Amino acid sequence: MSIASVLLLVGLAVLATMAMALARGLLGPTVYDRILAVNMFGTKTVLLIALLAARSGRSDYLDIALLYALINFIGVIAVLKYFEYGSLGHPHAEEGDEG
Amino acid sequence: MSGIEWLGVILLVLGALLGLVGGIGVLRFPDFFTRLHAAGVTDTLATGLFLSGLACLFGDWQATLKLALIFFFVLFTSPTASHALAKAALHGGLKPWKRREDPHG
Amino acid sequence: MVPGSFAMKHKVSLGLVLAALWLGLSGKLDPLFLLLGAVSVGFALWTALRMDIVDRESHPIHISGGLIRFWILLIRDIVIANTQVVREILRPRLAITPTVVEFESQQSSDLGKVILGNSITLTPGTVTLDIQGSRFRVHGLTREIAEEAASGVMDRRIPRDVEEGR
Repeated sequence: MSIASVLLLVGLAVLATMAMALARGLLGPTVYDRILAVNMFGTKTVLLIALLAARSGRSDYLDIALLYALINFIGVIAVLKYFEYGSLGHPHAEEGDEG
Repeated sequence: MSGIEWLGVILLVLGALLGLVGGIGVLRFPDFFTRLHAAGVTDTLATGLFLSGLACLFGDWQATLKLALIFFFVLFTSPTASHALAKAALHGGLKPWKRREDPHG
Repeated sequence: MVPGSFAMKHKVSLGLVLAALWLGLSGKLDPLFLLLGAVSVGFALWTALRMDIVDRESHPIHISGGLIRFWILLIRDIVIANTQVVREILRPRLAITPTVVEFESQQSSDLGKVILGNSITLTPGTVTLDIQGSRFRVHGLTREIAEEAASGVMDRRIPRDVEEGR
């Protein structure tokens, strides 16, 4: 088996994992399950982009994967913060903030 | 395929399989807190194996550096995200699922 | 805590880390790219200083020594914990016994508590739910995994000098 076909199969496995994460996101039942699913979906997307980089032999694509990992984390924290405090940025909306 | 490519393929396939197992766990486990543990599998060992497998296949220093950066970033942020999720769920009033005493329950 | 004494050291080390990162990611050494890199590093440094986040805590160059051994043991623990969780997931009939345990940690410094809490969360099968004072609340996938986390093996492994080192 050539490396290209291994990469294809591995890509399909990652896509299947993403589908399972997506299913959990749709099933819920709580909002935390959904955020967990989104986080997992994002991590798998990073792996998928890295895999695409390997398949096309271009390491530049890895920068996109790195950036996606950053955005995924910040997105999850932002959504969580929104659900806990009902606001994204205003410092006085937070508990115990020094102002 | 050369030796390093074989190693890369094995690591990559192992990582992808672990990811699948994590996905099954996220679907199968009964409540949010237990699913968090299943997602932890895909964030740590699966990502590590997957990315080191890719590093073996790329075989140049710059790609290896970038893959290592991605891995460390995921490794540093995943516990933060997990903890934030768990704490938010607990504050939100979610009670951890407990097995009932009788084993056939 | 002491603003003046560490500031310069941390600015320089942050600058060096950023410069190394630029060189590693661009991989090009022609003058244009070096100039762009210098501008980027300068801008990132300026932004970090303006946000007032360059201090001991954000840039812990002082904890590199004894942590190497801790990391190696942590990686071993992560591999073991992964196999445990995978076994639980693949059991034909789920046999998990999720348990919440509480225990007192020996860590007195914030950094020590963060390292312990993050390490517990990073190991699959255990998640730190809450830290109050030195009391940790941990959710474990099974009773055995939770009790092992509460036994304090990882707690004792964190180097004592994690906060005193310079």
